[in-house]
Amino acid sequence: MAPPRASAPAATPPPAALDGPDSALRAAQAEPLHPPLSGRQKTLGILGAAALVAYPFVFNTPFPQHVMIMIFLYGMMAQSWNIMAGYCGQISLGHAMFFGIGAYSSAFLFVTYQISPWLGMLVGIVIAMAAAAVIGLPTFRLRGHYFAIATLVIGEIVQIVVQRWEFIGAATGIWLPIIRENQLVNFQFNDSKIPYYFIALGFLIVACLAVRHMERSRLGFYFRAIREEPEAARSLGVNITLYKSLAFMLSAAFMAMAGTFYAQYVLVVDPEVVFPLTLSILVLLMAVMGGVGTLWGPLIGAAVLIPLSETTRILLGGTGGAVDLIIYGALIVVICLFKPEGLIGLVRQWLPAPPAEREADHGDS
Amino acid sequence: MLKVSDLEVSYGDFQVIWGVSLEVRPGEVVSLMGPNGCGKSTIFNTISGLLKPKAGTIELDGRRIDRLPSHEIVRLGLAHVLERRRVFPYLSVRQNLWLGGYNPQARVHREETLEQVFGQFPRLRERQDQLAHSLSGGEQQMLALGRGLMSRPRLLMIDEPFLGLAPAVAKEMMGVIAGINAAGVSVLFIEQNVQVALSMSNRGYILESGRLVLTGEPDELLNSSEVKRIFLGG
Repeated sequence: MAPPRASAPAATPPPAALDGPDSALRAAQAEPLHPPLSGRQKTLGILGAAALVAYPFVFNTPFPQHVMIMIFLYGMMAQSWNIMAGYCGQISLGHAMFFGIGAYSSAFLFVTYQISPWLGMLVGIVIAMAAAAVIGLPTFRLRGHYFAIATLVIGEIVQIVVQRWEFIGAATGIWLPIIRENQLVNFQFNDSKIPYYFIALGFLIVACLAVRHMERSRLGFYFRAIREEPEAARSLGVNITLYKSLAFMLSAAFMAMAGTFYAQYVLVVDPEVVFPLTLSILVLLMAVMGGVGTLWGPLIGAAVLIPLSETTRILLGGTGGAVDLIIYGALIVVICLFKPEGLIGLVRQWLPAPPAEREADHGDS
Repeated sequence: MLKVSDLEVSYGDFQVIWGVSLEVRPGEVVSLMGPNGCGKSTIFNTISGLLKPKAGTIELDGRRIDRLPSHEIVRLGLAHVLERRRVFPYLSVRQNLWLGGYNPQARVHREETLEQVFGQFPRLRERQDQLAHSLSGGEQQMLALGRGLMSRPRLLMIDEPFLGLAPAVAKEMMGVIAGINAAGVSVLFIEQNVQVALSMSNRGYILESGRLVLTGEPDELLNSSEVKRIFLGG
């Protein structure tokens, strides 16, 4: 969706007239939420970007690269959940279904018709968005917990259906053949994780840019209005069913993208792995832990929880897998008690914005 | 401009509004009064499309609006300020106002309307960057009114504009509503205090248990023994 435009030419402030309180006010309205980046933020940004590019070359063994890839992948999914729940206030407990749709679409099209997974990903995105629209139609009449329960149940139904659907491999799922040529077209990289690293990073950046753009646009305002006071939003002329559907569809699209990536990364998709309830919950936990309704929160959540889960998995062995969930649970309790706004609250304490920015930052909280 | 005829509304099987007809003419201030739970807010919610009527018609400037969704009704020039203000607590004052002006017709004039609203409510201009939940009750009511005005309505419906306000603030609010009306906006509002409501209305309607029992000009109503019976149980 395009950002709101100043519809009449007269509404745009002439650049020369930036003196006096009125023109300052008008200038502020032109960009109501976000001031330009400060010098310090720019420096931090450039350093961060350089570190992300250098990382896979400095840590050139598979494990640290794998951990980062998972952070990017889950960061993207947590961001996707954040669009729907953090900004628009619709708690979904069935987001794994869109991940599964993405994974299955590209894998199925590749194995059956040799269609490039990149195209398969687009198909998956379209199917996921269509599914979101169809699911939203009846369920958006439900509020709060009831909507969450409905998504949970639908997610489970989808998994059960896929488990029994012979056409797409039923419970065995789909095994992607290993192909050594045309790696980029086939979205398979057998020699190194570095291409996966950069693709996942790219996907994450796309998701974050989309959220950043949404946050500042009309769409973002509608979403937040629906989250805070749906009745008031309706009375002001916001078509809330339409905008909830858009949030759901946007969110589903990014989950599907992540699904295709995952399928190409592990080269196996099966219902247990790509449609589980635990995935829906995990994505939710990351966003909640990091800070819902903020751009950086989900990324922080993923950056904290993924290393934790990967490390405990290594230290305690794959079957002792529940330990990471125990630690998650404890962390969530601690966060709820001391930083209900999420880890992003801590980050904001450590990196306080200059006063002028904090002023303008209100819409984020 | 607004014409409600034989309106019936029910929540499920439970009917709460029985054959209500009312009218607001251009430029008027009209009050809808009645004891708690008699259906005043239900009528408002039905007019603005938040609820669907069971029977009856609602017309705005001769056009049927009773089957339209609420976002289309707003576009036709009817704004509804909900009971208990319902501002968006974690958006700034300015963002709240902006949301009021997002329907396509109003968006074109948004800067201009915002200036007018700030002119009417200087305090909102001072506090434009504050989060709405940090405003006082009176300021929040002003924000809710201002947000309604942002859609450039020709008819403004206000559900209990004085609810929970200190007498001095309520008085200020009366002046504000008179000002809005003087600017050419018709006003329909809900109020429980008959004296207050009639002192600022051209006409009033009195509702009891979902039925209209009386209607008329302030003088007639204030002297009516029926009004005393309903509100004082005499």
